[in-house]
Amino acid sequence: MLCLGQVYGNASSIHYFGQGAKRQLEAARRQIASLIHASPGEVIFTSGGTESDNMAVLGVARASANASASRHVISSSIEHPAVLGPCMQLQREGADITLLRCGASGIVDPDDVRKALRPDTVLVSVMHANNELGTIQPIAEISRITREAGVPLHVDGVQALGKIAVDVDALGVDLYSMSGHKLYAPKGVGALYIRKGTRMAPIAFGGHHERDRRAGTENVPSAAAFGAAAELAAGRLAEESERLRALRDRLENQVLESIPDTGINPPGGDRRNRVPNTSNIYFDGIDGEALVIALDLRGFAVSTGAACSSGALTPSHVLTAIGLSADRARASMRFSLGHGNTAEQVDALVDALGASMMHLRRISVHA
Amino acid sequence: MPDLPIAVAMSGGVDSSTVAALLVRQGRAVVGMTMQLWNQRRLPELSSDKSTGRCCSLDDVYDARHVAEQIGIPYYVVNFERQFEEQVVKPFVEEYLAGRTPIPCTLCNNYIKFDRFLEMADSVGAGHMATGHYARIRYHEAAGRYRLLRAVDAAKDQTYFLFGLTQGQLARTLFPLGDLNKTEVRELARGMDLAVASKGDSQEICFVPNGDYAAFMSAYLRETGVTARQTSGEIVTTDGRTLGRHQGVHHFTVGQRKGLGIATGEPLYVIATDAERQRVVVGGNDDLLRSRFFAGSVNWISIAGVSHPVRAQVKIRNKHRAAGATLHATGDAARVEVVFDEAQRAVTPGQGAVFYDGDLVLGGGWIE
Repeated sequence: MLCLGQVYGNASSIHYFGQGAKRQLEAARRQIASLIHASPGEVIFTSGGTESDNMAVLGVARASANASASRHVISSSIEHPAVLGPCMQLQREGADITLLRCGASGIVDPDDVRKALRPDTVLVSVMHANNELGTIQPIAEISRITREAGVPLHVDGVQALGKIAVDVDALGVDLYSMSGHKLYAPKGVGALYIRKGTRMAPIAFGGHHERDRRAGTENVPSAAAFGAAAELAAGRLAEESERLRALRDRLENQVLESIPDTGINPPGGDRRNRVPNTSNIYFDGIDGEALVIALDLRGFAVSTGAACSSGALTPSHVLTAIGLSADRARASMRFSLGHGNTAEQVDALVDALGASMMHLRRISVHA
Repeated sequence: MPDLPIAVAMSGGVDSSTVAALLVRQGRAVVGMTMQLWNQRRLPELSSDKSTGRCCSLDDVYDARHVAEQIGIPYYVVNFERQFEEQVVKPFVEEYLAGRTPIPCTLCNNYIKFDRFLEMADSVGAGHMATGHYARIRYHEAAGRYRLLRAVDAAKDQTYFLFGLTQGQLARTLFPLGDLNKTEVRELARGMDLAVASKGDSQEICFVPNGDYAAFMSAYLRETGVTARQTSGEIVTTDGRTLGRHQGVHHFTVGQRKGLGIATGEPLYVIATDAERQRVVVGGNDDLLRSRFFAGSVNWISIAGVSHPVRAQVKIRNKHRAAGATLHATGDAARVEVVFDEAQRAVTPGQGAVFYDGDLVLGGGWIE
């Protein structure tokens, strides 16, 4: 609030008014850097996870020394569209893209990264935790391979930050995308960690902000809120992730016990190797879209895949990538638990699920 | 037991928006749903600045959502793109290639709006569905049937496209606009301050931009990887003379005069298209007249069927003025022979034939 009133200055101005804003911005930068064990100079603010991903993928690929010759980028088939989109753009610009398959486990095999590397590979981008499944990718193992090859590694950390511990040095990443609202900061602010020495071309021009990395007046109030949210998240990470894990397991165990023909996605995966707040469950024989609406009308906001621009729901590319049939993908539901959720709410959700499922399965028998 | 909610199919236009608002005003629980039927990012070569008002545009979804917010109802976009393509777009393209002139709106009503949507309404616990169609449904005790009647507003009447509705579907459908005319609907919308009160009416075939169905088909076939089927051939007269060549039978429909590319003394019309021999048969206006035809896959609505000759007025395309005829039973309950009192122009295979008795829709079938 301070930044919307008293500290209204432009953080890039020389006058004291601007310097007040600058201090807010830098304090926030330190708070975020501290959450991921980076130094503040390696963190720049963006408008959100999508911009961070675009900046990293496009910026690193375009900055590569052999820009005029062939360029190769490795990513995975379960990435968020914010990474797949810029990869497709690079392809239109003449780059070769390899999208690694992740198999039924929902985990990218580091060995596949090794095999896909080529002399002209300029970037590897693999997400930390998958947004639909919650599966945690073996980033540290992948980074050992990319480091050995001298190829920068970008990690989309939007779904992991605040849910599991993140240490950019232990992980060995060169770039790490973050989103503010996943930590309960306002929507529309994010950050990108860029390891010192990483070459990255800007994607917007016309200003020297953020160490020449991102042109444009800084969104000081949102950045300050993101900083405060990062500090809060750091303080309660261990406790909160245990609490969410217990709630998530409670939800899954009750659903599996009380509702027939259900299971966890990925079906063959290691249920412990997931961020604690995410659960993806299939309800065979039902239309996920109908279940989402039925639950929403009962007051529970869940989702199938990702919401597309019009708000319509489409079968998920992630569920297809882990080998689910189109029918099972459409019958799958993603549950995300957060700070405000309680055991009572989880129990009520299971009841609502049970009732909705009874209704839906009864109808489909008649249909 | 409290009244179950009503699922309203909201297109973002003034009619369905008014339906939702009227039902809310009557104190009914309403759930608004917009069907996403076609991805407008497909077939980019067809996109133009005039693409507003096409189905499933983001603008329409925005409008529907805005109205739902205004009247305070839950609102969802449901995705039926897959079913729409399988059951409406593909048959539409195939019918044209087979030399017939299909009506996608009827297929959409039969397989999407009053089937898939009703199923979705069921799923979310709604008892009925409501749409902005101009038509009336009445239950007739003595006959034990739901009857379909023309709308009060003759100019807006949409019963021609609704002849496929089954008794089960009619039992669960509400057409609140059937007793109103369009001017009244707009006044109601304005009175309720609906954001779409002055929005223009939608065009005929929602997924075909600017009515250019041949361009749509070419783009669709190209995108789906079907090699542009060789459909060009000869233009011949009824007595077998070859007048020229054409670029594909799907560019022509019975009764069409323009676009033949042939200059003759007297006006020429398409009399028939013969997909098998890739021929377009042309002739004079008189050659277009036919006094009888068979209608197949007949769905009976207000009556159970015909066993003896029944008098009716029969409409053979949306813009046709229903003409006096007699329906003759065949051995098959779902097939009748229609004999007009006076020969009618351009009886077109693939179009619907709908049988009326005054305002009552007796039933309808497909022209063979």
